[in-house]
Amino acid sequence: MGERGTLRLKTGLAEMLKGGVIMDVTNAEQAQIAEEAGAVAVMALERVPSDIRRDGGVARMADPTKIREIQERVTIPVMAKARIGHFVEAQILQELGVDFIDESEVLTPADEKHHIDKHAFTVPFVCGCRNLGEALRRIAEGAAMIRTKGEAGSGDIIEAVRHIRAVVGGIRRLTQLGDEELMSEAKELGAPYELVRMVARDGKLPVPNFSAGGIATPADAGLVMQLGAEAVFVGSGIFKSEDPPSRAKAIVRAATHYNDPKVLAEVSTGLGEAMRGLDVSKMDESELLQTRGW
Amino acid sequence: MGRVGLLALQGAFAAHGEMLRSLGADTVEIRSPDALGDVGGLVIPGGESTTLLKLMEAYGFEEPIRRFIAEGRPVLATCMGVILLAKEVMNPPQRSLGLLDVTVARNAYGSQVESFEGIGEVNGGPFPMVFIRAPRITRAAGEVEVLGAFEGEPVLVAQGNILGATFHPELTDNPAVHAIFLEMMK
Repeated sequence: MGERGTLRLKTGLAEMLKGGVIMDVTNAEQAQIAEEAGAVAVMALERVPSDIRRDGGVARMADPTKIREIQERVTIPVMAKARIGHFVEAQILQELGVDFIDESEVLTPADEKHHIDKHAFTVPFVCGCRNLGEALRRIAEGAAMIRTKGEAGSGDIIEAVRHIRAVVGGIRRLTQLGDEELMSEAKELGAPYELVRMVARDGKLPVPNFSAGGIATPADAGLVMQLGAEAVFVGSGIFKSEDPPSRAKAIVRAATHYNDPKVLAEVSTGLGEAMRGLDVSKMDESELLQTRGW
Repeated sequence: MGRVGLLALQGAFAAHGEMLRSLGADTVEIRSPDALGDVGGLVIPGGESTTLLKLMEAYGFEEPIRRFIAEGRPVLATCMGVILLAKEVMNPPQRSLGLLDVTVARNAYGSQVESFEGIGEVNGGPFPMVFIRAPRITRAAGEVEVLGAFEGEPVLVAQGNILGATFHPELTDNPAVHAIFLEMMK
């Protein structure tokens, strides 16, 4: 039939998700609620980040039974998380036919030095980043989509803002450098020279750039998108709130009309309580998920 | 020729915009039905049809798009766009506008790992085609004209002022399909 697993097919699916909301779900019922609310994709995982944070222990890839149940229930793309560096979890997820794999800091890392060689897979990968250098390292490894990490399970938007500003600011800085400065900059960033040159030339990442980690309200979605994110991932923010279907629907509208305060005001109204959340500045360094990834 | 509207509720509208602007067209992103009044043609991009249907309902897009097409203004529909305009949608059955006389099977090739690209044919010439969780046209009837094929199956069709592709010309460097659409707008 034609060629499969090309970079164009991988980033192409990410293009289709732009302006949308990808929602964390732990079972088929939640996946259906997400689809009915207008999610563009669901992320299958065993526990949402705030529960992982609360319960502790090792967080792993979801049980294939759960993933299959979710795939059978919805027609939108189904994503699933693998541990950083755990290429066998990724092989299993690809075998299950998931549409995207998130090599995610939310799960307990399996390798303290290496990420998965994502070029070796047919299925596309999304990876988290906190700055431009980390984004470009993941893209060099084959990631077809980047999402800024934020601080998953916190419901606190400050880290998501910090990370999207770091990436967008880093890109802007590159476009202002002279050609002769790019090698030294590549060294500083810890990123491949060719990718640094490409970003300096185009003024954008070579793959779509989404945002995650701490989005709990329609206003939060509008904020990261006005700062430059092209779509959002919402984890605990929906199913840990008082009224998940209404909140899910509202965040979907906010992602489309991120630049329209009138719509944002309307969809922010009467949603019930948002997830309680945790102030990231009061957290111990060792509790942070965002520092996982190298 | 007026400006081209890009239906920007969700999906690959940005890539269509880049392609159309490279051909000298002026584009504008459309997020509310009122904005349809100012444009000469409309792109309904690829994306998730389940999601788009819900957003279109929420914002009352259905009637304005029907009127837009009835007035004879051209529409370029890719992937999800074809699903949305089709007369009949299968796998699973889904509501659609019924304006393009085709039957379409959604996700007909499987999940993302079955997505593929290859060289097809548009108006007798080779054209690079990218199929992403793509639909398949299983029946084309009435006034539907087949302009492009991949391995013998129809993938680019036209009916009146509707041009529909099940693949993604906006993700390639070949502007031929967008050029046909801009020609329709003249």
